[in-house]
Amino acid sequence: MDQSGWSHASTLAAGHARGAVLALEPLSFWGGYDAALGKIVEKSHPCHGRSLAGKIMVMPRAKGSSSSSSVLAEAIRNGTGPSGIVLRERDLIISIGVIVANELYGVSVPLVVVDDGVFDTLYRCTQPIQIDAPHEGGEARIEIMSGTTL
Amino acid sequence: MLVLNAQDQAMRDGAFGSGVALAMRIVARTANVMGARELIDISSAHIDGCLYHGPASLDFVERFVQGDTRVAVPTTLNVGSLDLIHPELYHGDKTTERAAERLMKAHLALGCESSFTCAPYQLKHRPKAGDQIAWAESNAIVFANSVLGARTSRYGDFLDLAAAITGRAPHAGLHITENRAARIVVEAPDFARLPGRDVFFAVLGFLLGEQAGATVAAIVGLPPDSSEDELKALGAAAASSGAVALFHAVGITPEAPTLDAALQGQAPARTISISIDQLAAVRRRLNQGRPGDPLIAVSLGTPHFSVEEFEQLVELFALHDGPLKCDFYVNTSRFVLWQLETTGIAQVLAKRGVQIVVDTCTYITPVMKKLSGLVMTNSGKWAHYAPANIGVSVAYGSMQECVRSAFEGKVYFDEQSS
Repeated sequence: MDQSGWSHASTLAAGHARGAVLALEPLSFWGGYDAALGKIVEKSHPCHGRSLAGKIMVMPRAKGSSSSSSVLAEAIRNGTGPSGIVLRERDLIISIGVIVANELYGVSVPLVVVDDGVFDTLYRCTQPIQIDAPHEGGEARIEIMSGTTL
Repeated sequence: MLVLNAQDQAMRDGAFGSGVALAMRIVARTANVMGARELIDISSAHIDGCLYHGPASLDFVERFVQGDTRVAVPTTLNVGSLDLIHPELYHGDKTTERAAERLMKAHLALGCESSFTCAPYQLKHRPKAGDQIAWAESNAIVFANSVLGARTSRYGDFLDLAAAITGRAPHAGLHITENRAARIVVEAPDFARLPGRDVFFAVLGFLLGEQAGATVAAIVGLPPDSSEDELKALGAAAASSGAVALFHAVGITPEAPTLDAALQGQAPARTISISIDQLAAVRRRLNQGRPGDPLIAVSLGTPHFSVEEFEQLVELFALHDGPLKCDFYVNTSRFVLWQLETTGIAQVLAKRGVQIVVDTCTYITPVMKKLSGLVMTNSGKWAHYAPANIGVSVAYGSMQECVRSAFEGKVYFDEQSS
């Protein structure tokens, strides 16, 4: 965090987004997210029934099948996917879903990785946040919208 | 920081067409995520993009088809959502059926082989030790790395095809020798002479996945005569319960002539000793059937059955007279089916009421006649995924127990294992 209240992150895929946070335990999109209905269908998941549409997904990493990349790309295509993603680990399955959706449909869902401290703050955050990730491979900035600093 | 060579840059900049450029952008962007510094040549690819997950699946492949793009290396295909040889088996939604068929055929237009199998290591040509490859499908990845000694990271949807089209992959993960060293040691109990031995391999694999996650393990104590089919069952189960992409079986697999070789001379981070009781407990956890419970079906062949497994199955069928008392499915590839038709095994099993399913698998798509009730399998992977995917409950036993149960129409376990 710097003095202006922005928190720093690494950009895996560029983009800008603002929205409410949906903090998730690791989810397997394949078998766990219904991209047509736009809701979490994994029965044992704490956020069962919730939608990611328009939300900033804050999740440490994905779990399960690599087919999850396809389901995430499909969700981004049809508007049931998250508008931005904050991870704690450089998750390949999530990254590929976002990169391919960007290549095929020109949708830029910002995908960033943060350190443990920032992740914990965002994971518990109840206010909207903004992600500003202008360059892939470069630095990104995250701000909590209410004026509260991280 | 990733550095592309002149050829990579030419691909990215469109010198070989828009499809190759798209594929190279995906490979390079992913390489950056993985922290790779360069790309390497691959000698084969295995693609897991034939299962239909919605319009994005088709949009991706058809973008390449429209650009007249072709794969640059020999490329096999994983299962699709349909059995194209026996299309009448599918009883799902018609719109999905058409899209799924289009998806499978679009991959053929790119120059991929019509293998449609999750066990590409059972095809005629397979990678050798040390070959750099880009394979998807968790059980194929673990088999290629562990049993064949070829080198692949855990590729998945999109990146697998992008690697096949460019012939390049990020130099990271299990492509690099040091990352292939075992970090933990697993001591297996002696189950070499127990009946229904196939189940112990799958159960051990299941436990390995839970304990190891994505960490490379060296297993000591496996039967010296462990077969490829048994190691296949172990790997498939390990890749279902964890993110296992490589294990070493000391004295058996190519990178583990000794424990020290598997560890690449380092001390293990930990050693896990597994007892027969622990294996029995995992087995009970995977099993929801009690002796005598009625069965709607038996399903074998996840991963796809080999010719040798079919030969064992025919021997087991010879021990029983009369008709099967429940449906009986075996998943395999069309390549194995052709061999069975030549030797007559396919005809023998068809006459006994066995339905051989090819190109797909019974746990990912509606091909079994009944999808409500108890199904018995010897596959740890099937037992793990089928309840959520297709809504059945699972009885779990050895191949021998599965066959006997099918002739009784109800669950039967050998005394020793129940």
